[in-house]
Amino acid sequence: MNNEPQINATSDSSVVGPPKNTVGVGGWLKTNLFSGWANIILTIVSATIISYVVFHTGKFIFLADWTVIESNFRLLMVGQFPLEETWRVWAAVFLISALLGSSWGLWRGVMRHVTLVIAGLMVFSLILPFIQTNTRLILVGNIICIFLFYIIGRKVTKLKIPVLLLWILFIPLVISLFNGFGILPKVNSNIWGGFLLTLLIASVAIVCSFPLGVLLALGRRSKLPVVKWFCIIYIELIRGIPLITILFVFQLMLPLFLGNSIEVSNVLRVMVGFTLFSAAYLAENIRGGLQSIPRGQFEAAHALGLNSTYTMGFIVLPQAIKAVIPACVGQFISIFKDTSLVAIVGLTELLGMGQKVIANPAFLGKNMEVFLFIAFIYFIFCSLMSYVSRRLENTLGAGER
Amino acid sequence: MSKLLNQKKTISPPFWRNRKIIPIILQVVFAIIILALGYLLINNALSGLKQIGIQLGFDFLANTAGFSISEAMIDYQPTDTYGKALVIGMLNTLRVAFFGIILTTILGLIVGLSRMSKNWLLSKLAGAYIEIFRNTPLLVQIFIWFYAVFLPMPKIQEALQMGPMLFSNRGTAIPWYEKNQGILLWGILFLVSFVIAFFVYRLMLKKQIESGKKNFPSLWALGVIVVVAIVSYVVTGNAPVSFHTPTVAGNGFDGGFVLSPGFSAILLGLVIYTSTFIAEIIRAGVNGVNKGQSEAAKALGLKNSTALRLVIFPQAIRIIIPPLTSQYLNLTKNSSLAVAVGYQEIVSIGNTVMNQAGRPIEAIAIMIAVYLTFSLITSLLMNYFNKKAQLVER
Amino acid sequence: MKKISFVFMSCVLVVLLTLTGCSNEDTGGKESGDSSNGSSGSSILSKVIDNKKLVAGVNDELPGFGYIDESGKNVGFDVDFARVLAAGAIGDAEAVEFRPLSAQERFTAVQTGEVDVLIRNTTWTTNRDSEVGLNFAPTTFYDGQGIMVRADSGVESLEDLKGMRIGVDTGTTTELNLADQMRALGIEHDAVVFDGQDAVVAAYESGSIDAWTTDKSGLVARQAVMENPDDHKILEENLSKEPLGPSVKGGDDKWFDAVNWMVFATIQAEEYGITSKNVDEFLESENPEIRRLLGTEGNLGEQLGLPKDFAYQIIKQVGNYGEIFEKNLGAETIFKLDRGLNALHTDGGILYSPPFR
Repeated sequence: MNNEPQINATSDSSVVGPPKNTVGVGGWLKTNLFSGWANIILTIVSATIISYVVFHTGKFIFLADWTVIESNFRLLMVGQFPLEETWRVWAAVFLISALLGSSWGLWRGVMRHVTLVIAGLMVFSLILPFIQTNTRLILVGNIICIFLFYIIGRKVTKLKIPVLLLWILFIPLVISLFNGFGILPKVNSNIWGGFLLTLLIASVAIVCSFPLGVLLALGRRSKLPVVKWFCIIYIELIRGIPLITILFVFQLMLPLFLGNSIEVSNVLRVMVGFTLFSAAYLAENIRGGLQSIPRGQFEAAHALGLNSTYTMGFIVLPQAIKAVIPACVGQFISIFKDTSLVAIVGLTELLGMGQKVIANPAFLGKNMEVFLFIAFIYFIFCSLMSYVSRRLENTLGAGER
Repeated sequence: MSKLLNQKKTISPPFWRNRKIIPIILQVVFAIIILALGYLLINNALSGLKQIGIQLGFDFLANTAGFSISEAMIDYQPTDTYGKALVIGMLNTLRVAFFGIILTTILGLIVGLSRMSKNWLLSKLAGAYIEIFRNTPLLVQIFIWFYAVFLPMPKIQEALQMGPMLFSNRGTAIPWYEKNQGILLWGILFLVSFVIAFFVYRLMLKKQIESGKKNFPSLWALGVIVVVAIVSYVVTGNAPVSFHTPTVAGNGFDGGFVLSPGFSAILLGLVIYTSTFIAEIIRAGVNGVNKGQSEAAKALGLKNSTALRLVIFPQAIRIIIPPLTSQYLNLTKNSSLAVAVGYQEIVSIGNTVMNQAGRPIEAIAIMIAVYLTFSLITSLLMNYFNKKAQLVER
Repeated sequence: MKKISFVFMSCVLVVLLTLTGCSNEDTGGKESGDSSNGSSGSSILSKVIDNKKLVAGVNDELPGFGYIDESGKNVGFDVDFARVLAAGAIGDAEAVEFRPLSAQERFTAVQTGEVDVLIRNTTWTTNRDSEVGLNFAPTTFYDGQGIMVRADSGVESLEDLKGMRIGVDTGTTTELNLADQMRALGIEHDAVVFDGQDAVVAAYESGSIDAWTTDKSGLVARQAVMENPDDHKILEENLSKEPLGPSVKGGDDKWFDAVNWMVFATIQAEEYGITSKNVDEFLESENPEIRRLLGTEGNLGEQLGLPKDFAYQIIKQVGNYGEIFEKNLGAETIFKLDRGLNALHTDGGILYSPPFR
């Protein structure tokens, strides 16, 4: 009975003959790489491409002269941050190590991988030949710190709330540390630079744009026409124009619009620009989440006697946000990548610093090395974030089923 | 108790707690805040401009630009106006967007299908490609293409030849067509042949469905076009266009179409970066089609490729179109990064105008207006398409 | 659920804290700026003095005039004049916040008040004085636009550039001059624009363009740092006059005057032979002109709204015009520029300071 249609169907050998050998190395190779002439051609073509690319990349990496990175490593990392104030940056790094370590101990899961990757990066910089001895010692201290706090985190589960609070306060803390808390001398924002500035801009934009995005998403669904139309116009306007024009507006126009009385540093202006930009995109993501909440949730909340504020705040919004966390992380990744655009408006973040390094006559023609190094840093951090997003997607999705 | 309740109902609440009035008050307050903020900012800007003696207005667009543009699609001289310079910038944006969208769609389709391939090696290769190029910033990629690939190309005299294409640090020359005589006749005949071919296809398809025998409708249609082409060749005596392969002549290319290093860098950067997103969209679209569909197609005896073409893709396209359009829009917006490598599109020229004419506000307003127009048109088209696709479904 | 709403609420908190954290650094400046508004109008001068900080728009990619050295410090001729202004107005040559500007954004940055002064090899032109709304302080460097070609290209004059690709930095007067001159001579060429001089030079060195143009001083500075300087030459012809100097926002006479006289002070000091080394000896000078300049007699500084000893501070901390020139561009440097037009009027140049009186 089964045979009739199958004879017509295809000449699929698995039906007529015995099942193919799909176990073992040979079987695996056969099913996945050499299961037909078309497949064999594809395998050969891919293998050729892969070996060509790997060979040339490898050749470049081993033959290139990486002194340009060695001698400018500090500039690329922290820019013109004064040498005698570098301890503030290290303090921030220590804080983050402690937080990572304890979160790993407390929550495991995704945090474990994130922490291990960061620790791995530290170990990697440890073996770089040009790192100074005291920097090495500090790095070793950081790695120890991570594992110490991991053990503490495992033992003391009560730390969850303080650690969460510290995470949340992390960026304001670091910025006030750079500003000296009003006691220490201030390290002006115009000499923050390199990867430090990249991280600061990205994290401020990420943290600040999220609540703003939620407000805009709620506003867009509001029943008040004025609020609704304001949010729609804002979101569509921002999403319709390239980020670079927004940066132009904030970098070049803002001082004019604010007049003489208020002075805003150009780093803060860029941060505000990024925040307002990504808030519009996040709002659309969150709106998608809000739309996915079934009506029954609203009705049930009303039946329980919750007013609309409570319904939104405690029933709908938490579910909606949970549903769109992966999409939001995707947006965060693109903010992180987009920070490279501030090089065009004259800030010396990682890419801007790279351009300055290349302009130095002593390192003429080292474009590829510098840009590849920058690309590598971005790649590591973006991959890490997208890995986290995928993990979150799985763990959050698991609750649904 | 009930008396109390009744009493409560009859007493109207004070106006600040009235359910009808609160929203109105809220909105008025909101509007006032927004308007006041806007007024304050604009007032500041106007008084600031007044202090340095600049007036707002677009009359400067009629002034002589004075700067040159290296890649203009329509004839442009430095004696032309700022207005014309900006129009050329807009055309250059459209040019890079147009070629970018076509190429990135093709590349994205290839990568997306490779990613889903049963061939392990090919699938992993496509995966690595996607991971690498979507996790590095576009601007860094463009810089790499510009400073590390296209500028260090060999000198023009030693131009690298790959097939009919020539690569040198002055640009990449690709074969390009040149109009021959009788192109108008060719065009008309071709148009006619397409119409005929379409009807032949429909007719043959109908017959095939009715009779159940294979009639090869697409071959028939192709045949019609070929016949018409032969007829036109005989009539006009030559092909509609002739292709010119570029050659090196002195300090430049002779024939062909020359892409400047800046244009090549921005185009390649945009195409590769966007293709990774398109590949993922296509994968999500195909995976989004119910699994039963492909199983059903298999059960019907359709080959894998036929099933993909006739069953999966038409359904996947509905999932694919909306995110695909937004990627096209992203590509157009990202073309503004060309400002960093000196390809003169609207933002680059707007910047020059902003500086040479000293008109920051107007220049930025023009850039924003141009991009908003693009976005608006795209989203209108997308809504139209969406509606059509949805109607078919129900 | 509870956790998420908790996180959300805390995020709001963070935003507020971050904003206050970020603006902390500026509120100090803002408050003092406000208080000064009452006393002496809203001149940039009072803002600079009160904030003890001069924001200077500079170049950071032109060796000799303004670039960043390996230790991350801004150095160069233009950068030193920014230090001159800081030394004069604030009394501290290091109280400068350098804001690297591209050729394209520089005027907007001045117009909008983003920078207090623009010292970025900017040419003084009618249009920039009027339409763009700038005020140009005395020229600190008289230059002319030139063209660099490869020595083996056989190009001897502008006519030989026919059909060649000439690179130019977008948003500069050189871009306009090139178009003008070539049009006047009827030479057809291919002008290729780039964003930033680094990009122009990178393209030129790779051979993507045949020639490139900018101010001659810039060409010399760039040639000196090229891999093989002898492979390149600069054409004799001048395409234009290029007086380069500091510029400030129009409509602020107080600040404009102060900048003018701080620049003049460096020229006047050279004329008197006062240098950073011997300036202390001159404090005892009997010459009334020198005493007025250094502030030991009269109150010229106060009349300008500057400290009394502004010229002394400038000379002491930065140096006179000649010292600045020699340090950044002179015979001791790789550029080995001649003083030429930039010599004092007494030495055959055209530098001339009005009397300090």
